[in-house]
Amino acid sequence: MTPVTHNPLPTTPSTHLWSKYGHVLSMGIQNTLVYRTNFLFRAAFGLVPLAATLFLWEAIYADKPAGAAIGAYTLAQMVSYYLLVTVVDSITAVAEDDWQIAADIKDGAVSQFLLKPLDFLAYRLCLYLSGRVIYTSVALIPVAFFLFFQREYLVGPAESLGWVLALLSVLMAGLLQFFIAYTVALLSFWVLDVSTFIFIQFAFEFLASGHLFPLDILPDGLHRLLLWSPYPYLLYFPVGVYLGRMQGFALQLAWVGVAFLIARFVWSRGLRKYTAVGG
Amino acid sequence: MPSLSRYAGIYAALIRYSLIHEMQFKVNFLLWIVVEALWFGLQLAFMTVLYGHTDQIAGWSRWEVVLLVGCNQFIQQLFHTLFVTNLSNLSELIRKGTLDLLLLQPVNTRFLISVKKFEIGNIINALMGLVVIVYSLAQLGRVPTLAQWLGFAVVCLAGLSVHYSLMFLLACISFWTVRAQGIVWGYYNLFNIARLPAEAFPRGAYRAVFTWVLPMLLVSNVPAKLLAQRLASPWEWLALLGMAVACFVVSELFWRFSLRHYTSASA
Repeated sequence: MTPVTHNPLPTTPSTHLWSKYGHVLSMGIQNTLVYRTNFLFRAAFGLVPLAATLFLWEAIYADKPAGAAIGAYTLAQMVSYYLLVTVVDSITAVAEDDWQIAADIKDGAVSQFLLKPLDFLAYRLCLYLSGRVIYTSVALIPVAFFLFFQREYLVGPAESLGWVLALLSVLMAGLLQFFIAYTVALLSFWVLDVSTFIFIQFAFEFLASGHLFPLDILPDGLHRLLLWSPYPYLLYFPVGVYLGRMQGFALQLAWVGVAFLIARFVWSRGLRKYTAVGG
Repeated sequence: MPSLSRYAGIYAALIRYSLIHEMQFKVNFLLWIVVEALWFGLQLAFMTVLYGHTDQIAGWSRWEVVLLVGCNQFIQQLFHTLFVTNLSNLSELIRKGTLDLLLLQPVNTRFLISVKKFEIGNIINALMGLVVIVYSLAQLGRVPTLAQWLGFAVVCLAGLSVHYSLMFLLACISFWTVRAQGIVWGYYNLFNIARLPAEAFPRGAYRAVFTWVLPMLLVSNVPAKLLAQRLASPWEWLALLGMAVACFVVSELFWRFSLRHYTSASA
């Protein structure tokens, strides 16, 4: 993969920046288009366990009186929760980014970013964004199909501004998701095989982000404790904003900021360890 | 049978080689055990949370479901020990043309592809599954007889064989598509549903497909039911054995068909 190597014309700094990272974006889109069949499989296969989880919940609700609630969720609200988690997850999840970043460090591809006026974090963020654009458009087909069959359960946003707020929250969730994955991948500066760390991080994320179940069906103390961690702001919070159950963007914004600073810090420490294998 | 002992010798050598390779990276070896243990803990945590809100799911009590999750872990981790790494590797063998080398060896190629790397660490995780099985049986107050443990071993082998055949079948798709990591990932999604009680699924297309086409709802459910002594009829374990044989035959036919379409990538 060769990044942009030429500057077209001398321009003002801002248009210059745009053309530079604009190139990265379009290159990222072209590169990920290759994976479109892969993405389609991935999104379609992902619906199998989703359907299983929904069946499981339906079986649980079936033993309760009609209209009964678990935690603060009726069956319809519970199903909606999982459907929305699927939508947010297909927009924001990192696909190959962490593995690619780790590989960039391992095989020395990072060296060129030390010589060129191109910021590695911004470069990878552009690739993440272009990857997300392609993945979301491909996943839209099977996910929309699935949503159509479950449409009786799908509730609209709680308030008229709900769409806008939820979208804003999803954007921030995407940034947070990227910074977390980026930082974990940077551990490649220190360890030989970063995949264990990626999976360990992902296990915590899977539980604490609300991927497995809505966090407020947990005991209250545990639920409130988790809300102080960054993970709920990846899925549980954006979905909660849409459902009108969550508000206050301060903590989400704070975690995005903190995650960005940690990512920068780890990068600068990592460079001191960097030995440029393969030059 | 001389050929059987020859293959046993080859397998022993492969295991020894895998062990030596693994011990070069001891920390990584331990970390992988931690990763698998974490995901197992996650499954148990999910069930604990569910049973915090209900006493039974589709007729399964809390400890019966824990037993099921334990059985699923046991089978899945044995599958990892023996096959998963090797089968995920098939697409790379094809992409790089390394398969040529294996095809030329005077050994059955499918055997070599399937068992080349032995993941010793996953045995520890399989044992964790076994511990959970024994513990939940104690909670249920069930004491399986020796015959039932033997039956359990047989149905576990059948479940293992189903996983192996299906993933091998999926991996063979990489003879046609060059980038096939998505397929491996897809199989992860499939075997995630094996740890759920089959009765939770309404009778319909979904349950039929995952019982009679991709028998995910048999592989762990039958062993768990056998130990919990809640098999409704012998048809349940006969179904698993039958599907195990059927899946293997189909995968062997597809493998032979795929090989005929192999155009080497190497020089």
